[in-house]
Amino acid sequence: MKYSIFSLARAALSGHKNWQRTWRDATPKDRYDVVIIGGGGHGLATAWFLASEYGIKNVAVLEKGWIGSGNAGRNTTIIRSNYGLPGNTGFYELSMKLWERMEQDLNYNAMVSQRGVINLYHSDAQRDAYARRGNTMRINGIDAELLDLAAVKKMMPFLNFDNARFPVQGGLLQRRGGTARHDAVVWGYAHAASGLGVDIIQNCEVTGFVRDANGKVTGVETSRGRIGAGKVGMAVAGSSSRVAEMAGLRLPIESHVLQAFVSEAIKPLIPNVMTFGAGHFYVSQSDKGGLVFGGDIDGYNSYAQRGNLPVMEDVCEGGMALMPMIGRVRLLRQWGGIMDMSMDGSPIIDKTPVDGLYLNAGWCYGGFKATPGSGFVFAHLLARDTPHEEAVRFRLDRFRTGAMIDEKGQGAQPNLH
Amino acid sequence: MAGGQTNRLNNGGLIDRSAPLNFRFDGKSFSGFEGDTLASALVANGVKLVGRSFKYHRPRGILTAGSEEPNALVELRTGARREPNTKATTAELYEGLEAASQNRWPSLRFDVMSVNQLFSPIFVAGFYYKTFMWPAKFWEAIYEPAIRRAAGLGRAAGVADPDHYDKAWAHCDVLIAGSGPAGLAAALAAGRSGARVILCEEDFAFGGRLLSDGGTIDGLPAAEWLSRALAELAAMPDVRILTRTTLFGVYDGGTYGALERVNDHMPSPPEHQVRQRMWRIVAKRYVVAAGALERPIVFAGNDTPGVMMASAMRTYVGRYAAVPAKRIALFTNNEDGWRTVETALGAGLQIAAVIDARPDVSPSHRSLASRNGFTVLHGSVSGVDGGKDGVRKIAVSLTGGARAEVEADGLAVSGGWNPAVGLTSYHRGRPKWRDDIAAFVPDGAPPGMVAAGAANGDFGLGACLAKGFAAGVAAAHGAGHSGKAGTAPVANDEAFSLTPLWHVAGKGKAFVDYQHDVTASDIELAQREGFESVEHLKRYTTLGMATDQGKTSNVAGLAIMAAVTGKSIPETGTTIYRPPYVPVAIGAFAGHHRDETFHATRLTPSHHWAAEQGAVFVDTGLWKRAQWYPRAGEKDWLESVTREVKAVRSGVGFCDVSTLGKIDVHGLDAGAFLDRVYINTFSNLAVGKARYGLMLREDGIVYDDGTTSRLAEDHYFLTTTTAKAGLVMQHLEFCRQVLFPELDVQLTSVSDQWAQFSIAGPKTRDLLKEIVDPAEDLSNEGFPFMGAREVALRGGIKARLFRISFSGEMAFEISVPARYGEAMARNLMLAGEPFGVTPYGTEALGVMRIEKGHVAGPELNGTTTAADLGLGKMTSTKKDFIGRVMAGREALVAPDRQVVVGVKPTDRARRLRSGAHIIPKGQTPGPGNDQGYVTSVCFSPTSDQWIGLALVERGRERIGEIVHAHDPIRAEDYDVELCNPVFYDPDGGRQRG
Amino acid sequence: MRIVCPFCGERELGEFTYLGDAKPVRPAAGAGADAVYDYVYLRDNIAGVMSENWYHGGGCRAWLKVTRNTLTHEISAIEPAAGAGAAKVGA
Repeated sequence: MKYSIFSLARAALSGHKNWQRTWRDATPKDRYDVVIIGGGGHGLATAWFLASEYGIKNVAVLEKGWIGSGNAGRNTTIIRSNYGLPGNTGFYELSMKLWERMEQDLNYNAMVSQRGVINLYHSDAQRDAYARRGNTMRINGIDAELLDLAAVKKMMPFLNFDNARFPVQGGLLQRRGGTARHDAVVWGYAHAASGLGVDIIQNCEVTGFVRDANGKVTGVETSRGRIGAGKVGMAVAGSSSRVAEMAGLRLPIESHVLQAFVSEAIKPLIPNVMTFGAGHFYVSQSDKGGLVFGGDIDGYNSYAQRGNLPVMEDVCEGGMALMPMIGRVRLLRQWGGIMDMSMDGSPIIDKTPVDGLYLNAGWCYGGFKATPGSGFVFAHLLARDTPHEEAVRFRLDRFRTGAMIDEKGQGAQPNLH
Repeated sequence: MAGGQTNRLNNGGLIDRSAPLNFRFDGKSFSGFEGDTLASALVANGVKLVGRSFKYHRPRGILTAGSEEPNALVELRTGARREPNTKATTAELYEGLEAASQNRWPSLRFDVMSVNQLFSPIFVAGFYYKTFMWPAKFWEAIYEPAIRRAAGLGRAAGVADPDHYDKAWAHCDVLIAGSGPAGLAAALAAGRSGARVILCEEDFAFGGRLLSDGGTIDGLPAAEWLSRALAELAAMPDVRILTRTTLFGVYDGGTYGALERVNDHMPSPPEHQVRQRMWRIVAKRYVVAAGALERPIVFAGNDTPGVMMASAMRTYVGRYAAVPAKRIALFTNNEDGWRTVETALGAGLQIAAVIDARPDVSPSHRSLASRNGFTVLHGSVSGVDGGKDGVRKIAVSLTGGARAEVEADGLAVSGGWNPAVGLTSYHRGRPKWRDDIAAFVPDGAPPGMVAAGAANGDFGLGACLAKGFAAGVAAAHGAGHSGKAGTAPVANDEAFSLTPLWHVAGKGKAFVDYQHDVTASDIELAQREGFESVEHLKRYTTLGMATDQGKTSNVAGLAIMAAVTGKSIPETGTTIYRPPYVPVAIGAFAGHHRDETFHATRLTPSHHWAAEQGAVFVDTGLWKRAQWYPRAGEKDWLESVTREVKAVRSGVGFCDVSTLGKIDVHGLDAGAFLDRVYINTFSNLAVGKARYGLMLREDGIVYDDGTTSRLAEDHYFLTTTTAKAGLVMQHLEFCRQVLFPELDVQLTSVSDQWAQFSIAGPKTRDLLKEIVDPAEDLSNEGFPFMGAREVALRGGIKARLFRISFSGEMAFEISVPARYGEAMARNLMLAGEPFGVTPYGTEALGVMRIEKGHVAGPELNGTTTAADLGLGKMTSTKKDFIGRVMAGREALVAPDRQVVVGVKPTDRARRLRSGAHIIPKGQTPGPGNDQGYVTSVCFSPTSDQWIGLALVERGRERIGEIVHAHDPIRAEDYDVELCNPVFYDPDGGRQRG
Repeated sequence: MRIVCPFCGERELGEFTYLGDAKPVRPAAGAGADAVYDYVYLRDNIAGVMSENWYHGGGCRAWLKVTRNTLTHEISAIEPAAGAGAAKVGA
């Protein structure tokens, strides 16, 4: 059923009794052309693009729990394409362009809100780094503006301009950046992919790979039985190392916990997405009214999906330093997600040394904004067996060759990215 | 009834009738008493309409008497202290309190947005995912702003919070949450056993349900027992009992977060006092005695003002002597609800009827009913007739199908009790279902934690006391204390009988999540559309995501989902519990870390002297460093900096460089150790000499640089950059302790021990002679370039003197014990006066290093190799060192890498800017020809034009090439020449002179 | 988390800095690029009990080998690094 205000009005007449499932509740078939492990945003987007762009519709998405139960449902919903290094810049802009047409593509309102993302700077050195990055963006056809103090004051008069330890000097603004409703992205892709014939199979945990005599992956063992596959793609953020291990692979990845926080709902207070340049704090306000904010990862390997007080305090300190008006706003909920941190802070989308097994991993804490782009280029790789032109640098062997994509310049220490 | 307070009883309750308090709600004046909450005072004044719901803007009253309240939210206080979404049920009344209803316009009674109710057939769960998509541009322009304005609840103050917050640590053996019968019994037991105890009570009074329900304990009235227990606890030296303190989170290693609302019961904190204090409590054992929450039953019209939890009604009548309704009906599915009838009758209120969903009630209840002239109806409430002024009539579906109607102005509802399982579930322990009480109870709590009393599903008073006491004994024992605890307090258990009832089918909206307007039919719709998993249900309908965190709604919601899917409630499962247990002000987590005290401020040894000179300071990490020293008449920073540079290059100047990291390296293997951490060799450095060193990360990328001097055979003095001072120390300790433990070497951080000054310029020696003991030979022969040794100063103080130069001039760096730093600056000024000595700041320092082509932070950016920086030749091929192997990877030695090169605009008048990109001349800029960028710039007084360093593809092969500096973000484009990065004295004659 | 430093006693998480898995051993000089690549980049990334390097930077500056469960954050053993403390092997 096509979603629109008209279908809603019609449905209201019958008490909304006639709505169908948003995606079909599929039972696994014996074999698929492509099996995607992981029913998060990336896996579902991959399936949708396989079906819609590459005509491969005999596809299954296997999810061990319920779709969107990993990082797709536990992030701070920010979208942007303000990256500075070759490899990232073009890819994230591809993703941004896909965000801009997502709702029309999917017939699902993911509330893509291009309200602007501003990174504040507090020193000349930071300004110069943002100028460099902004210029990279402009050279790649991406919108970017370098704001001075007066412009920032006009846009966000509520920041602490009076007695800050590290006064705001300006900011790098990407107006096309913003937020999207994270769960709706998952449901939208599921809805649209299912409509094209993709089987979305929940509560189906992959427990092993089926290999032929040559070692090629020809299927997966799951909690719902063996499922054959022409190709298998992994999009299992938070479990990448564990799933790869089933195929005998060790990855350049560590899993860390990132906390995020939401406040009670309040009337509109913060118009855009902003990051504090002198501490670990970024924030936006959801359409429902909650301030959604976060900061740095806790810094130690963790699969526990929860963090500790020092980082929580650090984040709130950053928030109060930047805008002391939030002191009396109450923090409603804190949670933690598992970030698969790569060794240079950039993702990996590549074939693996195991024939038939493809990897999409290492998104660190930035996977949400990549969702459509990741699905698009991963589908390309699965369909064509060659990397998409915007993903050629996301190779697994780049750490062997030295071609890292290290935006923060922190090297092989994942907790610093 | 008390004066003005139409619904206040003349007797009873724990309010102080001798202490009246005036307050305002929505601009109207009322009065209450000391001991009231805002909610109880509103009840006492007969106010029923208190708020509006989130989506439909439906009129709402007070549902509960605690922190689980979903409806009665207000903006408390005004101006900068306005607190949105404050629960009237937990806000203590104080003189002059001002509160306003929220999420309504223009007024609470006439809210324009309640028009949303007309659209409610369309505004069902998740409707917004299906519409507002066309045209795409309209989302940001039209739909979203409208949705954002309509959503949200109260308004934040919008200006800086004027209050202060404190953070504190506390350590104890046994931590107890809750001061109801279980918590108090646990505290008594643990305290008597000799344990250090902290008990936290969320309320402003100790006692929990004892305050509302009373009872008999050890043969005493509950109030009497309570005061004795509190007195005993207060007399124990190692027991600390805190009111107004909520345990909100459970963290690793027995760390707990608690919020103490120190002064929220006042209009504003007294001077020099904090508003709230966040406690980080480390406890060996933790007893959760946080009680249980009564749960609603979902039926049509259940959100009508006047519908209230039965236990809350008891609290208002019993504790606050405030009467929510005068003719009360009770809808219950369990025995406990009947206690409200007894309380109401005891207060002289009328009972209209009891609607009991159980198959039968006890003969004693029947006789109570007949004695007091009310009927007992077997069935369920199927609808409520009423409006914003409250309940008028209640429709009842009787068992067997008949219908009945009850006239009442208040409806007490009891659907049973849910133990507070949040605190035991934050470590992903999933609560387990108990059929006998139809509720989840704690399971899988983290080590050291145990729930007791109602929090563990034991609802009877006797059981709470006994189990709480036992938990206290066990906790103390577990923490190593086994003194005599005595015997547990004794009380009888009330009868318990419950027939689960979650949802009564009927016409009209039946609310599950009051605040978010999630109805039973929304849950059915979610199921129909495939959102069956409880996490999907929550996310699709927003069930449980409101400010009450689902305390009143979650279990009912999943029970309804279980019913429509045909699964059991435990099969349906719960969502993940997340802290905090109640919402906590962000300011409390930040404490004093805001404004100027957000982070510490580090001052250089000469800071106060520099401030006297009028220096402008710049933040460098935590440091404040003198950036330049403006003089009268100078029109801008550039003029000052240019003067400073010229003064150094023609005479002498000095600069405080104490912020550099400084590490003493001692030991027989000190040289061998340095050989392993630097790319170049230090074991062959002569005593009395300094050498520039470069260290890599293990991945082959440059990590840090600095000079290291050999002061003795087994003693090196190593310096790091300011930014990496702590990190290099950490890295070297890792190398020493983990990688190379066999080496005889020790590291001592001496960054804060030495004040260090760079003294530079052709007259440096003249100046130094005035400072240093005349016996010290400072001649070129006696103290050659890169010499380093200890010297005596005039007056006998020992200093370390290094003949090193960052500026490219004849220069020394001198270190004196930090306490002499300020005196050193003053002496340099005094002694240097004849030579025109000029203090210079970090800007001039930067100018001179760029003129000299020295790399610094912008070039050591974590992606450059030694060769990129032009320092590849330093790399020793004769030894292993950190980063050696990975530095050889193909992409790191590729010929087309971006390397450091000098740049200068072809138009000499033109300003150059860092961050401009380098594009080949004549080409249209694009990703394919973006060949690098300008890293550092300055106006060079020596070159008399702007110059800079850049990282450019194959830069060193392209010296002399004219390229394009492309700076679209600042709308600038101009030609620059790639040149030798050493703009000044390329042969180095001056620094050797 | 609370870490019991063998030199300082039980201390709060904020005093410590994490480096990572303590299992990989730095290859000896002369080991090939493959061995160093493996050491620098590849991780077991254990979901369970793991041996880790922590630095007590807010205290005695000792490097510690901490055995910790990454699923529960429970710490089961703590020992100083081989070269932590003042005494040297054979000294």
